[in-house]
Amino acid sequence: MSNTLLIIILLGLMGLAYRLGVRRSQKLVGGPGGVRGLHSLPSYYGFFTALWCGLPALLVLLLWVSLQGGVIRDLVVSDLPEAVRALPEAQLGLVINDIQNLAQGNIVSGEVSPEMERASEHYKSLQQTSYAALFVVVLSLAIAGLSLGWKLISPTYRARNRVESAIKWLLVGCSTIAIFTTLGIVLSVLFESIRFFQIIPVSEFLFGLEWSPQMAIREDQVGSSGAFGVIPLFVGTLLIALIAMLVAVPIGLMSAIYLSEYAGSRFRAYAKPLLEILAGIPTVVYGFFAALTVAPFIRNNGELLGLDVSSESALAAGLVMGIMIIPFISSLSDDVINAVPQTMRDASLGIGATHSETVKKVILPAALPGIVGGILLAVSRAIGETMIVVMAAGLSANLTANPLQSVTTVTVQIVTLLVGDQEFDSPKTLAAFALGLLLFVVTLILNVVALRVVRKYREAYE
Amino acid sequence: MLSVTPNTAVGVTAPAGVFAAGFGPVVDESRAINGTVGDITATDPRMTARNVNVYYGDKLAINNVSLDIGKNEVVALIGPSGCGKSTFLRCLNRMNDTIDICRVEGEIKLDEQNIYDRSLDVVPLRAQVGIVFQKPNPFPKSIYDNVAYGPRIHGLTSNKSELDDIVEESLLKAGLWDEVKDRLEETGTGLSGGQQQRLCIARTIAVAPEVILMDEPCSALDPIATARVEELIDELREQYTIVIVTHSMQQAARVSQRTAYFHLGELVEVGKTDDIFTNPRHRLTEDYITGRFG
Repeated sequence: MSNTLLIIILLGLMGLAYRLGVRRSQKLVGGPGGVRGLHSLPSYYGFFTALWCGLPALLVLLLWVSLQGGVIRDLVVSDLPEAVRALPEAQLGLVINDIQNLAQGNIVSGEVSPEMERASEHYKSLQQTSYAALFVVVLSLAIAGLSLGWKLISPTYRARNRVESAIKWLLVGCSTIAIFTTLGIVLSVLFESIRFFQIIPVSEFLFGLEWSPQMAIREDQVGSSGAFGVIPLFVGTLLIALIAMLVAVPIGLMSAIYLSEYAGSRFRAYAKPLLEILAGIPTVVYGFFAALTVAPFIRNNGELLGLDVSSESALAAGLVMGIMIIPFISSLSDDVINAVPQTMRDASLGIGATHSETVKKVILPAALPGIVGGILLAVSRAIGETMIVVMAAGLSANLTANPLQSVTTVTVQIVTLLVGDQEFDSPKTLAAFALGLLLFVVTLILNVVALRVVRKYREAYE
Repeated sequence: MLSVTPNTAVGVTAPAGVFAAGFGPVVDESRAINGTVGDITATDPRMTARNVNVYYGDKLAINNVSLDIGKNEVVALIGPSGCGKSTFLRCLNRMNDTIDICRVEGEIKLDEQNIYDRSLDVVPLRAQVGIVFQKPNPFPKSIYDNVAYGPRIHGLTSNKSELDDIVEESLLKAGLWDEVKDRLEETGTGLSGGQQQRLCIARTIAVAPEVILMDEPCSALDPIATARVEELIDELREQYTIVIVTHSMQQAARVSQRTAYFHLGELVEVGKTDDIFTNPRHRLTEDYITGRFG
């Protein structure tokens, strides 16, 4: 709470610093009329002063807050009786937790001893001292920065260059946040996977033909041996993705060709956004459409033909996923087909080629790299899709190529492994991380291939 | 680019004198047809255009143009930017069909057959009347496939060796054979600008057209490549009829036998190239070729 107040005060000071900076720069050259005598516009001097006021103070605040907890904890621990300090790490943690709860007036586990009472008092006073010190340090830093910035302002001072380099570093910071987040996710998945692979060998995971992720809590339990072979999951994933692509690629590509080459501009203006609405439908809606409409439809018609169709089938999930992916392919292909220069069409038509010959022999070959790129992106989307498969394809890991049977996919298994109460040191739960890593690697490879294909052929027509 | 101000475009049947108000009177109006000075006819016409109007939406881009194109002659269309010469050229093989808002009125005949007749299929027409564009536009395919494209889609050959012959002959005629005969499998887009344009000419003549339309074929080329293409046009005249749009009056004078001068969508004057350049009869033509505007 008091940190929030501090930040608000700091922001107010920065606003004040901005006004002061602008005012001073104008005053130095004799009012707004003399702006040409300044190196930078007055607003830059304002930003400059505000940055001097805010940045160092904010940095100190950030550092303080991140270190404060550890320092206070160490101080409290050092004052605890010898017997408590000798406790193992985990129990010591519990004690400190209790002290913190007591200090904040929360519920405490167990009896409150006078020692704990004292420790919590100590904790409270340390915390208050820390806040007071923080307040003073940050505010005096802000005011010192403000006056330094204000002093530095002179007509020849290059405030614009300073402000712009500060903004550049802000941009660098933002981009590194994205990169480090990705890196962090990858590493956390990787380390958990390594823990998994210490229990289950990599070869068994990658080449095992059976997936039945269960671990016994007691030795004598039924089904005490789990099987962690990823092949059935991958076959299921690929089967569903294949069905989806068989639906999406022809329909998407042909609708793109129609929209970009044959449709009138008015029809196109309505049809393209409508197609793109398909991409805006939440996948969970597709999921119950697949489970409630498409899957029973397939089963009923399969029975008429005398086929044995299970109520949840790869076919149902794949069909609906294909429909979901159509706008990806049609929209991307439409863009690349439109990007083929008109001179190519003119050249072909001018020799006497028909419209369809032009499309087949000139436009599609020229647009092919972009189309392939779009399809590969759609494939990675299909592989990563979860919701539709959970609802329409089932959970049983059958190793089958029959689209009428129920299969399961990598993403679905990750969901089922982590849903509910789980212990985070059993291979059953850790398997989810290994699956995630595998999925990540496969999608990454696909994306890299897609980018390569697009880049390699991008300059085909110039 | 093809804008025609309504004020000047509306006077469809106005005589050239009225049309040219402000520029001074016509020197010799005696042989004017539809407001065109000079003889629009050719002794042995391959194509005849009569009273052609072209509209882009509501805008009149070409106003009542009549012109003959004789066999084995090069007709140059000249005039300032936006005067409608390219539009007229594109009418001759119905390339304007590809522009939705474009509408053509009047009659254009190729060997006595009206090409805007409902019964006529535009595909064989464009094989008979080929076109070469302003910017070289080879397909991103091999040199061989570029030239073989037309013969393949029209099914002109029955086997590979016949196709090879057509490709070689077309490249020879286009004066490109010696430069590319050892690298027919390389892509056409890798050639230099002048070579690309000659490749496009080879691609056009590979389907054995009767007429070749050229829309400023040298405007994207350097002087040496231009000279090479002009030489080629002169050679091609022996077998083909050629209509060329050009911004360069020197080029028109060098390559053409007859010249037509367009101004704001009207055909102002047409005649033998020598006469037009040495003795223009319309004031506008004179102003243009002497460089007073353009």
